[in-house]
Amino acid sequence: MGGYFSEIFYGSKSLLIGMGITFREFFKPTVTVQYPYQTIKMSAKFRGHTELIADEEGKPKCGVCGLCERACPSSCITLGSISVDIEVDGKVKKKKVLSKYELDFTKCSLCGQCVENCSFGALEFSKEYNLASTRKEDFHFNLLKRLEERNA
Amino acid sequence: MSLTLLNVIVAVVIAIAFAAANAAYLVWAERRGAARIQRRPGPNINGPFGLLQPPLDGIKLMTKQLMIPGGADKILFMVAPVLAMAPAIMSFVTIPFSQGIAAHNMEIGVLMIFAFASMGAMATLFAGWGSRNKYAVMASVRAVSQNVSYEIPMLITAITVVMATGSMDLKTISLAQAGGFWHWNIFPSLHSPLMPISFIIFFICSLAETNRAPFDLGEAESELVAGFHTEYGSMGFGLFFMGEYANIVVGASLTTILFLGGWDCPFGIFPGVWWFLLKIYILIATFIWIRWTFPRTTIYGLLNLSWKILIPISLFNLLLTAGLLKVF
Repeated sequence: MGGYFSEIFYGSKSLLIGMGITFREFFKPTVTVQYPYQTIKMSAKFRGHTELIADEEGKPKCGVCGLCERACPSSCITLGSISVDIEVDGKVKKKKVLSKYELDFTKCSLCGQCVENCSFGALEFSKEYNLASTRKEDFHFNLLKRLEERNA
Repeated sequence: MSLTLLNVIVAVVIAIAFAAANAAYLVWAERRGAARIQRRPGPNINGPFGLLQPPLDGIKLMTKQLMIPGGADKILFMVAPVLAMAPAIMSFVTIPFSQGIAAHNMEIGVLMIFAFASMGAMATLFAGWGSRNKYAVMASVRAVSQNVSYEIPMLITAITVVMATGSMDLKTISLAQAGGFWHWNIFPSLHSPLMPISFIIFFICSLAETNRAPFDLGEAESELVAGFHTEYGSMGFGLFFMGEYANIVVGASLTTILFLGGWDCPFGIFPGVWWFLLKIYILIATFIWIRWTFPRTTIYGLLNLSWKILIPISLFNLLLTAGLLKVF
């Protein structure tokens, strides 16, 4: 009989403790992000798709060595280059300049080999994650064009 | 009191409007309250504070096709949602909101409300049986056994109050408690020292009678898909949903009248309908608060609670009150 009443007592007490917790939670501020209207800043280590880094003039730092293309395990990088004449110390020299940097994000596994292998430090991970689309073509990124758009 | 046809129509329209408005906006209040407890904002897109959500939900439900599954008992299937909503509206007829605000005051108001409340179990039974769905049948079996076992302690506590007041008239019961909160039935100095416990028993039973969490075994979605309304879509489901909230309002009103003094003001100032509304909405807020605090019980836990704890205690209080009434 004593067990009967103590069970009722401790049961009711635990229920009241539970209600106290929800009562306190009721008055705390909300913690959710209202997604389409609000977005959160991505953390420093977030890996989005790769993005070219610009130098001081806004040109890509890339020297078109092709290491990223070769390092990529999924072969999703396609580089293109053109030779341009530049003047260095009064002499005309030929220099390879990046003309095309295509990233096929449908195949990319975000392993980061391209970023690690880059000898010019010309690649970084973007912080973009709102990339949903119904068309495959939207995931073939032209990074050079994206860089120009960012510069503009 | 003679009722003309116009009186009846006005009373019915007001009762339906009050029930429907409450049902619609309590859904909103519940969703907002649940969200606050879970620390999210809840419906806030449609209109200020999401206040347009209930009418939009209603439009969505009404524009959907009403499907009757093959093999279902058509008559029971169609009758069940109506039966879920109608008794709740009928109960509003006799509830006195204030001294002068009652559609039709009856001598046996308590009895009438309990009679109509029992019909709610029939709605779940018909819905479950008529759907021809194993989950729905399981759910209605549970809901009926739950309703049967919780009606007993509820009625016993109600009888205790009726005995103490000497009337089954809801208005008389309210008026007997007038004159400050120390006259209310919940306070032990009056009839029996166990009255606060009776109040808690009555409150728990009204939770169970309206099939609210943590006693919502009739629609335990983790086990039974959606319980007795698994096969219902469209406004059939809408009526069940609104019936649940209308029943909550009836339950809160009855608790207020029986234990909390009806429209009586706790300090004796400005008695009126607002006190009644304030009390029922505090009770409803507690309903919502409880739902979002506790997980669902098991059917055994539920029946044990009723037969082993609530019924003995309420019976004991009945005897004690009877004895004390005889002595003093």
